[in-house]
Amino acid sequence: MSAITRDQVAHLARLSRLALADDELDHFAAQLDQIVGAVARVAEVAADDIPPSSHALPLTNVFRPDDVRPGLTPEAALSGAPAVEDDRFRVPRILGEEE
Amino acid sequence: MSLIRKTAAELGALVASREVSAVEVAQAHLDRIAEVDGRVNAFLHVDAESALTQARAVDERIAAGETLGPLAGVPIAHKDVFTTTGMPTTAGSKILEGWLPPYDATVTRRLREAGLVILGKTNLDEFAMGSSTENSAYGATHNPWDLSRIPGGSSGGSSAAVSAYEAPLSTGTDTGGSIRQPAAVTGIVGMKPTYGGSSRYGLIAFASSLDTPGPFARNVLDAALLHEAFSGHDPLDSTSIDAPVPAVVEAARHADVAGMRVGVVKEFGGEGYQPGVLARFNEAVELLESLGAKVVEVSCPTFSYALPAYYLIAPSECSSNLARFDAMRYGLRVGDDGTRSAEEVMALTRAAGFGPEVKRRIMLGTYALSSGYYDAYYGQAQKVRTLIMRDFEAAFQQVDVLVSPTTPTTAFPIGERADDPMAMYLADLCTIPTNLAGNAAISVPCGLADEDGLPVGLQVMAPTLADDRCYRVGAAVEKAFESRWGGPLLSRAPAL
Repeated sequence: MSAITRDQVAHLARLSRLALADDELDHFAAQLDQIVGAVARVAEVAADDIPPSSHALPLTNVFRPDDVRPGLTPEAALSGAPAVEDDRFRVPRILGEEE
Repeated sequence: MSLIRKTAAELGALVASREVSAVEVAQAHLDRIAEVDGRVNAFLHVDAESALTQARAVDERIAAGETLGPLAGVPIAHKDVFTTTGMPTTAGSKILEGWLPPYDATVTRRLREAGLVILGKTNLDEFAMGSSTENSAYGATHNPWDLSRIPGGSSGGSSAAVSAYEAPLSTGTDTGGSIRQPAAVTGIVGMKPTYGGSSRYGLIAFASSLDTPGPFARNVLDAALLHEAFSGHDPLDSTSIDAPVPAVVEAARHADVAGMRVGVVKEFGGEGYQPGVLARFNEAVELLESLGAKVVEVSCPTFSYALPAYYLIAPSECSSNLARFDAMRYGLRVGDDGTRSAEEVMALTRAAGFGPEVKRRIMLGTYALSSGYYDAYYGQAQKVRTLIMRDFEAAFQQVDVLVSPTTPTTAFPIGERADDPMAMYLADLCTIPTNLAGNAAISVPCGLADEDGLPVGLQVMAPTLADDRCYRVGAAVEKAFESRWGGPLLSRAPAL
């Protein structure tokens, strides 16, 4: 049921924000096809009446009192930033020229 | 005996009684690292000055009459996936090269509070994705038993550091077997605690519903002491269990399995398993029987679907978790020349900063979560997860613990599976079900395979929050084997 094509890998790379080179697309297409073919076996067992589990523990929301607590200073928060300006993260443009 | 050959418990006692200073203990291990790590490559970062400062602080507190914990002054190698202030944290990735975290992981903080002396950070498969440590962006780690072979993964730097006597203890994380498999192939002890028993706060996330910090040591008691030191409820981790830490140290001191019911998982064995691994495993089962355990065969029919389910669930979670590496707030940024958009810079940075296995898993997860494929892949895998939990529940109604080989084979040569992802994934065949179900499991040495003379691990699996049973059975097996062998398995490793 798999058959991952080169075009599909290019689409997945775009969704994953990975600027892959042409030779990488071919390489990953063959490998992902093999992996998806193998993991598709999960369809063999689990029937419709089996509930899915996202987690091993029975989870409930955890709340804490809404108290003010110390957090990172601006210097600490920005300490690993690739570029900083006026106590802020400096980022490349997020809108196109025409927008 | 030289300080580096002593157990963590012995070192802690020597430091507490002031027979040996923590500084001397730290220096002995730093010397060993300087001597052998050029060949082993267990460490990504060693900070001698910081280690000696931490050790001096322990010595001063003891000299002032303070009573510290049992591991105060004991050196530890810390997996480079936990954040550490004052030491770089890379997760084995180029995308975080040189990053200095602004905060400590809870595990890091608790190591410091217990007076453990952090020697440095250990190598790993990039973002803990792998079974050989070959996926590190900073070069492979070598197995101290045979430098041409892998030390397991993803926590391969931590297993190699302890088995090469560079540290008596180390930390690891286990998402699909990343503590137990490296422990097995290097002849040491490695424990995956119950999920939620040890905090994920400050642990760089791979698959959040599976990631579990745990200890490595050269014996069961040392592993229990470290387990106790960094475990327990953490309000900063929303999936942390608010319950007392199981009595693991007490269990490690009570090496007695008389009357315990032990189940051998029928589905683990046969094709794909190395004969020497199965031979040592069968001997371990006979040993347990001779020690008074009641051994029965147990069937867990859906365990054979754990591997495919895992390779859908873990990549799905990773594709979401690793979206945070966006080149905006920390880490690498590539191609920001003033003309490119944020999205282009992001894609260029991620392509340059992530290695091939991380890219494969991000795209696999993106595929499994895409509209049109979600039900067939991620949805089905989650149902398999339910079935695996049911298999464990049924098994633990009949027995107290389950046993299996930890890995199907001994350590394989570096490079052998490097470009064959499916072959690599098989290394975690026996360890993955426990991650999906969240319960506890340990790996303890059970001998050397005849074919290659390399270590084999016995896996002991226990129910959720019954971590103590892993230590009790592990300690009994260790005691009986060591009296048969005339010492620890690791004493038979060739000199480095």
